[in-house]
Amino acid sequence: MTAIPVEFLPPLMFVVLLVFMISGFPVAFALAANGLLFGYVAIEQGLMSPALLQALPDRIFGIMGNDTLLAIPFFTFMGLVLERSGMAEDLLETIGQLFGKVRGGLAYAVVLVGALLAATTGVVAASVISMGLISLPIMLKYGYSQSVSTGVIAASGTLAQIIPPSLVLIVMADQLGVSVGAMYQGALIPSLMLVALFMLYVFVITRVNKNALPALPAEALHYGDSGQGVLIAKAVVFVLLPPLALVFLVLGTIFLGIATPTEGGAMGAVGALLIAACKKRLNLELLKQSLDSTTKLSCFVLFILIGSTVFGLTFRAVEGDLWVENLMGDLPGGELGFLIAVQILIFVLGFFLDFFEIAFIVIPLLVPVADKLDIDLVWFGVMIAMNMQTSFLTPPFGFSLFYLKSVTPKFVKTIEMYKGAMPFIALQLLMTVLIFAFPDLVSRDKKVQYQDNPLELQLPTEGYGENGNQGEQQPFVPSFSQ
Amino acid sequence: MNALLAVAKCIDWLSIKVGRIVGWLILLTTLVSAYNALVRKAFDYSSNGLLEIQWYLFSAVFLLGAAYTLQQNAHVRIDVVSNRFSERTRAWIDIAGHVLFTLPLIGFVVVSGWEFASASFLVNEYSPDSGGLIRWPAKALIVVGFVLLGLQVCSEIIKKLAILKQRATT
Repeated sequence: MTAIPVEFLPPLMFVVLLVFMISGFPVAFALAANGLLFGYVAIEQGLMSPALLQALPDRIFGIMGNDTLLAIPFFTFMGLVLERSGMAEDLLETIGQLFGKVRGGLAYAVVLVGALLAATTGVVAASVISMGLISLPIMLKYGYSQSVSTGVIAASGTLAQIIPPSLVLIVMADQLGVSVGAMYQGALIPSLMLVALFMLYVFVITRVNKNALPALPAEALHYGDSGQGVLIAKAVVFVLLPPLALVFLVLGTIFLGIATPTEGGAMGAVGALLIAACKKRLNLELLKQSLDSTTKLSCFVLFILIGSTVFGLTFRAVEGDLWVENLMGDLPGGELGFLIAVQILIFVLGFFLDFFEIAFIVIPLLVPVADKLDIDLVWFGVMIAMNMQTSFLTPPFGFSLFYLKSVTPKFVKTIEMYKGAMPFIALQLLMTVLIFAFPDLVSRDKKVQYQDNPLELQLPTEGYGENGNQGEQQPFVPSFSQ
Repeated sequence: MNALLAVAKCIDWLSIKVGRIVGWLILLTTLVSAYNALVRKAFDYSSNGLLEIQWYLFSAVFLLGAAYTLQQNAHVRIDVVSNRFSERTRAWIDIAGHVLFTLPLIGFVVVSGWEFASASFLVNEYSPDSGGLIRWPAKALIVVGFVLLGLQVCSEIIKKLAILKQRATT
């Protein structure tokens, strides 16, 4: 066999991976297949010892003992229980009624509920679909502009990507080698600012075009006039308080450093079960369905990670990491050039790939370069997360737009949805630029154990568990100390 | 072909059963983890054994549930392009991919995983942390999970072949 020069192997690997993935073969297996195929080539050409591939069970064992990843099933399970117990419906109903009288009220309600759902259930598809099913018909019925209504729903539903305890941030933290708590804390202010920007946009629309988002007429408000304030109060207490309490319980304990994200997730899941029980909606069917979906999600996510481990083993053996380092490190403009290139790359990849794939395939390749350029990894991660969220909204491939389209009445033209999404894309880009320009927006708190930038004073972050993205040679050490 | 399809059906049944059962382990892990968090806060007590059982259980979920996930076609695919392929083409892609890559990979993991687990069994390996758990059952999960996954891959190949055959005869 004629040897392929080693410098051609990494780009070739990428091209072949692309072909595998586009063919529609399951992503996890495509990654592993690619790793295996080039593993043969690398062994054949003496670039890699077969022993490296034989270490695969050891790598899988490392994934098994990863405390951070354990948070994935917990938060997923919590979200699904809350979703299936009808939280979205209750929230939309109540907040919609509360704000109904105001011009643009339903749009504010959607943004707020989107943020609340994001902080609890964290599942984009579920948020977008339930808001599309419940709010959209009411909005359209009472004369809301089609494009603004669909845009605000798609954008608010997508908030689940960035608002803690988002799965995106967990996976990013794992791949960046920083603590999940630090990632949550870093994303908090930017994500809240994004919510504020969305609200501000709705406000501006109501001022500019008085007919775009009218107030609801009296007959649409079940609770009627002030005499029935009690009813509203009741609704607020029973509908709004439980999820808010849960958010504070889970995120609060994580931020205060009382609980690790994994523990917070477990507590949250138990809390969600309690809330469902109080609403008398906890039954065997709900449990079974939620557990079933959690199993499937956990499996596909963890298997993408296993697949990308196989890919990564071979990719490093053919010096792919050096290739990426040279490619990304030698960009004109140094750090600035690298950051801009990364953002463009992630944005484009976001059209085709799920964030799990981006996080597991692309981020490990970028981390060494970012590290070398002394870029703060939490800040870097938050910016990537914000950016990925933007691509969820961008036509024609944005996932949120697909979800929304599946529940939108036929008479709403797709082009209206695209038009509606545009301003929100602009707002998210603005937010990405703001994070870039003002890195302090990504806050850091010493209470959250956090791997610091090497240039800064090293605080003794006692018991911090390394996530070992350094390389395959590092033996796995299970750590529960976070 | 019918005999093969019957085999595929049996495998599907097995995968579904196992997948549904391990789902309950998520509930168990959640409760164990919540308990761990509570007693650590309240009584400043923690048991390495109970901490380790969390990830033993979750590992059982994702390793043993992988076959079920495949059976349910829930391993994500990028279908932007492949949606436009005919059913036959998609069947061919899956068969080729599974035969050429997935099965060899699984065989590889099963063999090396067996050595990995049996080495641990022979020396009666325990977790290095005090009160930690015995290691081989966790390592054996890799082998069992991949054997189940391998069976399910065979079932998928059979079902795809049936699609090809059906289309060829009609």
